[in-house]
Amino acid sequence: MKFAVIVFPGSNCDLDMYHAIKDELGEEVEYVWHDETDLSGFDGVLLPGGFSYGDYLRCGAISRFSNVMSEVVKAAEAGKPVLGVCNGFQVLTEAGLLPGALLRNKNLKFMCRTVGLKVINNETQFTSEYKKDEVIQIPIAHGEGNYYCDEETLARLKANNQIVFTYASENPNGSIEDIAGIVNEKGNVLGMMPHPERAANDIMGGSDGLALFKSIVKQWRESHVNHA
Amino acid sequence: MSIMLEPNPEQIKEQKIYAQMGMSDEEFEMVEKILGRLPNYTETGLFSVMWSEHCSYKNSKPVLRKFPTKGPQVLQGPGEGAGIVDIGDGQAVVFKMESHNHPSAIEPYQGAATGVGGIIRDVFSMGARPIAMLNSLRFGELKTPRVKYLFEEVVAGIAGYGNCIGIPTVGGEIQFDDCYEGNPLVNAMCVGLINHEDIQKGIAAGEGNTVMYAGAKTGRDGIHGATFASEELTEASEEKRPAVQVGDPFMEKLLLEACLEVIKSDALIGIQDMGAAGLTSSSAEMASKAGYGVEMNLDFVPQRETGMTAYEMMLSESQERMLIVVKKGREDEIVKIFEKYDLDCVAVGKVTNDKMLRLLHKGEVVAEVPADALAEEAPVYHKPSSVPAYFTEFQAMNNEEPAVSNYKEALLNLLQQPTIASKEWVYDQYDYQVRTSTVVTPGSDAAVVRVRGTNKGLAMTTDCNSRYIYLDPVVGGKIAVAEAARNVVCSGAKPLAITDCLNFGNPENPEIFWQLEKSADGIAEACIALNSPVIGGNVSLYNERSGTAVYPTPTIGLVGLVEDLAHVTTQSVKQAGDIVYVIGETKTEFGGSELQKLVEKRIFGQAPSIDLEVEAARQKALLSAIQSGVVQSAHDIAEGGLAVALAEKAFGAKALGVEVTLNGSATTALFSESQSRFLVTVKPENTAKFEEIVKDAVKIGAVTDSNKVVISNEDGTEWISGSVDEFRSAWKGAISCLLNSEA
Repeated sequence: MKFAVIVFPGSNCDLDMYHAIKDELGEEVEYVWHDETDLSGFDGVLLPGGFSYGDYLRCGAISRFSNVMSEVVKAAEAGKPVLGVCNGFQVLTEAGLLPGALLRNKNLKFMCRTVGLKVINNETQFTSEYKKDEVIQIPIAHGEGNYYCDEETLARLKANNQIVFTYASENPNGSIEDIAGIVNEKGNVLGMMPHPERAANDIMGGSDGLALFKSIVKQWRESHVNHA
Repeated sequence: MSIMLEPNPEQIKEQKIYAQMGMSDEEFEMVEKILGRLPNYTETGLFSVMWSEHCSYKNSKPVLRKFPTKGPQVLQGPGEGAGIVDIGDGQAVVFKMESHNHPSAIEPYQGAATGVGGIIRDVFSMGARPIAMLNSLRFGELKTPRVKYLFEEVVAGIAGYGNCIGIPTVGGEIQFDDCYEGNPLVNAMCVGLINHEDIQKGIAAGEGNTVMYAGAKTGRDGIHGATFASEELTEASEEKRPAVQVGDPFMEKLLLEACLEVIKSDALIGIQDMGAAGLTSSSAEMASKAGYGVEMNLDFVPQRETGMTAYEMMLSESQERMLIVVKKGREDEIVKIFEKYDLDCVAVGKVTNDKMLRLLHKGEVVAEVPADALAEEAPVYHKPSSVPAYFTEFQAMNNEEPAVSNYKEALLNLLQQPTIASKEWVYDQYDYQVRTSTVVTPGSDAAVVRVRGTNKGLAMTTDCNSRYIYLDPVVGGKIAVAEAARNVVCSGAKPLAITDCLNFGNPENPEIFWQLEKSADGIAEACIALNSPVIGGNVSLYNERSGTAVYPTPTIGLVGLVEDLAHVTTQSVKQAGDIVYVIGETKTEFGGSELQKLVEKRIFGQAPSIDLEVEAARQKALLSAIQSGVVQSAHDIAEGGLAVALAEKAFGAKALGVEVTLNGSATTALFSESQSRFLVTVKPENTAKFEEIVKDAVKIGAVTDSNKVVISNEDGTEWISGSVDEFRSAWKGAISCLLNSEA
């Protein structure tokens, strides 16, 4: 399986995403600069964390106008897995691929720590390798991770089982219903604030994030065997 | 646009306008002699900023010469953007620490942020990829709203810049003392990795080659920042706020990536950051180092504001700018790289062979001065030094124990002192994991960052107990280096080299100069004994507010090599049943200790003694024990003594406790700050092997599953007994508690 790691000016977790795929998962991966206009050669798209365009104006608000974003939308429409982590999640909401928005943390400070995440939905192509309600340890590092959406959207997220991860014990940023990650209705676009790529090797203090990437690959392999 | 007329050369001399720029009468006369004429306004500005202490080290040079700077591992010593040390396999580590004290005292967020930005540029201008940041901070006691504001904003500024640019802030240290109330210290350190073949120098060589300007546009911010950094802070310093620069980490991220692409091009001759004294220092130093001259046409300098004068452009300290020298005819290749990142890169001049720095503006030559005179020929002052009366008085005192009646209460109190208390409130705001290489995160003795693609790691720390240095600068200087080395050794690394940041008061005061001189002697001696030469650093003098100087604070940044990641060791205990050892003897030493400060409300007496031979032998033995795989955890005994170190060892573990037996006087055994001591835990089956390697280790107890810290004396009397949770919560919550309490 071949992944694209999208690099916006100011992305800074691109390297982490790249190495998690290449070194820990053992799959193919390439960096794709924001002004590229073709993602057809890739099977999955990863939007990494960082401060694209310096978070100026609003997190992700400028990146969504990059050339490559119309290709990301196409990939999502074609059913390819699209994962946005941290700033990548913010870009996905700005681009309208996911509902809601990310506000400043309730304590108004950036926070970096490892938190417990509860797997609410393990029937997505990103979470099939987890057990339902399993608690995994994944690092967060953000200043604007306070997920918010209106009542109607929240009801829809719940009805469609789109809430994938919630904070298991302490909610670090004040997000609505403790939401840490959601998928789109089709289930092929996941946005999450915590960084699974930072939990892909025990030398970094844990590897609970690796199963997320393994789930993507497993799903892709199965669908390709079936189609073959 | 500029309607302010610049004074002419005669007015500059008669009205002593040079004095407002920080230049003395004698220095102005020297300039007159060098030029053979009176300097104009722009030229006076060039000399005043290049001859400021910040840029020329004119007061500290004789002191800096004391430091050992060579060693087989050193690839680049002091003099370039940052020092470089070999780590094998064709790779090297690049690092430097720098101060941003004065700007942070006036405008803490931007002062701290641009301090981070500046030191990162120093590292990537060498061609290195920055991989980690550390810092060393000093504030007044967290009692007044002003100090709390400075503390919170400095931390936010460091976080804001480092997090955005994507370099993990992995470690550091913070101390609090009244002497820093008006003049906080903000020292930032950057560590980078480089392949030997990529090492760059800041040189402007080869007649006719093109001088290019890259990065952010030049504005009127930070004009005379270096001069401002070279004078005492006063109430009027608030007016110097415009001398503080404003940082843009997004711009720097782009500049960093572009520069690391540019260094791969063989069209590149030299590259240097426009740091203190901006365009002036970079152009003059690059020309002087190469033995050439530089001619620049300031009309081509990208400008953020209209109507800027030559003086303003040359003295601006606008951030995120680089000066680059490129082979003639190959400018386009370099421009293309910067274009990819939407950055300006324009030719502004050329290299000449006349060794002059010549500036053109609007068709006229506006300055023409020898580059060497600016970069190399600043006067060097040998300031008078005298022994302060307090030192003689302190040396005559005997070592006595502060009075303690309840040992458990004393330990709880010590754990809540902000200097000892958990710094989680701080590092929670730093992204310490980006780049996914941080193996040991903040909170242990030293941070460890892996070298991707190898099985090696780099251990790094910053240290300085300025109270000891105030009491006795020679001994305190030795301790600063030794403690840094101890931290790195405890983490499983061999110390490689240090960078220093010498923060002192006004050197024109002979007693301050004495502190500077003597602490340098102590540092130099320890560097030799511990085989860690000085590969670069920075001097920050005039750290005084309205006549009160800070404690002498020569911060040490030390980097060590972990040869195999399997050697990485942390301070926390690992397993019940493990044996607890102490290495090193405990004497009654309380001068400058946390307990003395807590009980007596001031510090006095003699600093703890240190024998560098013993220190070196002990570090060597402990490292070899760690490398042989028999050490479960290691922690140096520092502020607050053995009891604090023991409690800290239990804090990081889950549901484990420690139970030990000590002898002698309780206050000394528990809280003395005797040097060269470690607390180590070892699995029972490895004790024989461990004792064989570390011969002076003494068994004092064991790790338990009781979740308690219990310290007793030989006859079984419990000196301290309490749950780990009780001690941990006191230690963990202290800083946020102080910040939230009403002043």
